[in-house]
Amino acid sequence: MSPKLKSEMKKIAVALVIFFALMIVEKSGAAAPVMENRLINLILYLIPYLIVGYPVLRKAFLGIRNRQLFDESFLMTLASLGAFVTGQNEEAAAVMLFYQVGEWFQSYAVGRSRESITELMNIAPEFANLEHEDGSVETIDPDDVEEGNILVIRPGEKIPVDSVVISGESMINTAALTGESVPRSARPGTEVISGCINGEGLLRVRAQKDFEDSTVTKILEMVETASEKKSHTENFITRFARYYTPIVVCAALALAIIPSLITGKWLTWIYRACTFLVISCPCALVISVPLAFFGGIGAASKNGMLVKGSNYLELLDRLDTIVSDKTGTLTEGCFRVTEVIPAEGVDRMELLRCAAYAEGLSTHPIAVSIHEELERMDPEAAAKGIVPEDTDNVSGQGLISKVDGRTILVGNEKLLKSHSVPLTEIPTSGNEAATVCYVAELISEKESRFLGTIYISDKVKENALRFVPAMKRAGVRKIVMLTGDRSSVADAVAKELGIDETYSELLPQDKVARVEELLREVPEGKSLAFIGDGINDAPVLTRADIGIAMGSMGSDAAIEAADVVIMDDDLMRIPQVTKIAHGTLSISKENIVFALAVKILILILGALGIANMWAAVFADVGVAVLCILNSMRLITIKKTI
Amino acid sequence: MKKKFKCEIDCANCAAKVEEAVKKIDGVNDAKVNFMLQKFTLDADDERFDEILKEAVETGKKIEPDFSVEM
Repeated sequence: MSPKLKSEMKKIAVALVIFFALMIVEKSGAAAPVMENRLINLILYLIPYLIVGYPVLRKAFLGIRNRQLFDESFLMTLASLGAFVTGQNEEAAAVMLFYQVGEWFQSYAVGRSRESITELMNIAPEFANLEHEDGSVETIDPDDVEEGNILVIRPGEKIPVDSVVISGESMINTAALTGESVPRSARPGTEVISGCINGEGLLRVRAQKDFEDSTVTKILEMVETASEKKSHTENFITRFARYYTPIVVCAALALAIIPSLITGKWLTWIYRACTFLVISCPCALVISVPLAFFGGIGAASKNGMLVKGSNYLELLDRLDTIVSDKTGTLTEGCFRVTEVIPAEGVDRMELLRCAAYAEGLSTHPIAVSIHEELERMDPEAAAKGIVPEDTDNVSGQGLISKVDGRTILVGNEKLLKSHSVPLTEIPTSGNEAATVCYVAELISEKESRFLGTIYISDKVKENALRFVPAMKRAGVRKIVMLTGDRSSVADAVAKELGIDETYSELLPQDKVARVEELLREVPEGKSLAFIGDGINDAPVLTRADIGIAMGSMGSDAAIEAADVVIMDDDLMRIPQVTKIAHGTLSISKENIVFALAVKILILILGALGIANMWAAVFADVGVAVLCILNSMRLITIKKTI
Repeated sequence: MKKKFKCEIDCANCAAKVEEAVKKIDGVNDAKVNFMLQKFTLDADDERFDEILKEAVETGKKIEPDFSVEM
């Protein structure tokens, strides 16, 4: 709690005590002769009124002087002064008191959510240790670091600017930026990102960027500007308040004058008009709706999802179509053995072992995937570490290896044909996406034997399988995949993941055109999101309603082009951020509907004289407090890793 | 030159009012008052920056007595 809030709390407490004491005295009739004197009564109630109400009166006066009438302070001043005029001193003081209680609570609530968000954005490094040429180390401001400077990062310190490790080894904690709890290892040559926390080791790094251009600065700037990009809902509330308040003031004036002229009961109708004014105060809406969006953005960034503005939360809430890139986004962009089909009379494991041993010296992605498969299927055989005595790489075809006294061929159809291996029956598989790898043994110059076929394909990301159903549950109608890859490969991936539409063999410019076509198919009031790695699809990211960049920690281009940045590589963050968007929008709608319903109801009752000023105070302060509490639910969304 | 300051501002509406008024000051290229983060950003001419900053704070105080900037 800030000192200012504390002192205000004391003021309110003192005023409340005086106020209730006065009320008890008046109601019990203990000092009847004194309390019944109208002037003394007024002066007594003015004491608590002025203690808490002075700043409000001053603001209302300033508003009038600056010709910025019609804000909350003005409404409250007018209403309470009106109540004093009608002789309802007790209620006049009560209005101001409870209005200030409500205001205090609002400041407290906003302060709390601000704290919880700035805390998680507490990633800005405070200093850097600059190493001079003579080896001495000086502590400087991160702002003063220049590109190419050598910096020392001690255990537990924040990395001040984006840099590359020169010496030392350590584990880097990226949780503050990515929400990812597993530390990353850093050794010479590793690029390290500013804002991450160094683990146990001492690192010497070379600065690659100025502080100004480092990731941490970009992220902080993004979060700051996020609360400035307003959603439609927020803009609606602001505009609403601008017209609503003057209208209500006019209505109150009419209520005070017209019935009075007819009935002649001026005091009754002025009192009712004041009640009307108190109820009409729009604070509940004005504060709780932006607070909900602020909370939504906070909850997302807590989990490593940076949303660039409230408006994107709104668009995410209305997501209809998701368009995704394939390689690197849905698939890992690396290979995996999907099928091992031995020829007749050959053992499956024998086939895999032969292939893996023959490829023992190769680092080709296909060879690596065969090694990995053997490790998974038969760790013992893999552990033997058998490597070929001799390997002959046949470019574009495969390789021939002498291993364990045998000569093994691993490669495509061409390789086997050139060694006249009988390929009478090539087993066909349903998996069109795969790269086919044949394995055969040369027994002698003349004799050879076909051992079998190994199918290898790009690995679908572990989370991609859960991704499509999760998005469907989140209300997305259509999921589309775009790729530059062969159609057979693309269709197979789409089938595995359950993607609705696939467009393959696209050139980068085709992707933009395709997204534009898809945008036209999106129903009115709905939105389209594009997911990419952010490196080469910047134009598409910009063209889509919402551009989502994945795994983009450290990629400036992605942070700039995208509207939502997923810091780690987890596809499941997208349904998560959609859920936050749904939550934010439903909370703000709840608040709008609830606040307006209560207000309109009590406005009518107040105009009819059924609701008194106490009900009005509830309609104002009570509703505001309830709406704020509702908005704060979002900020407390748990951190999920 | 663009500089950021911590500031104190009481409500979103007050922040918008101050922001609008500061933007109108001569020599100010851009100004932002962020209520949620309690930050005041001033982008103004280099040579007269300190002078403009002083004027901006005074203008803000006139509209919202609770507005203050931590230098």
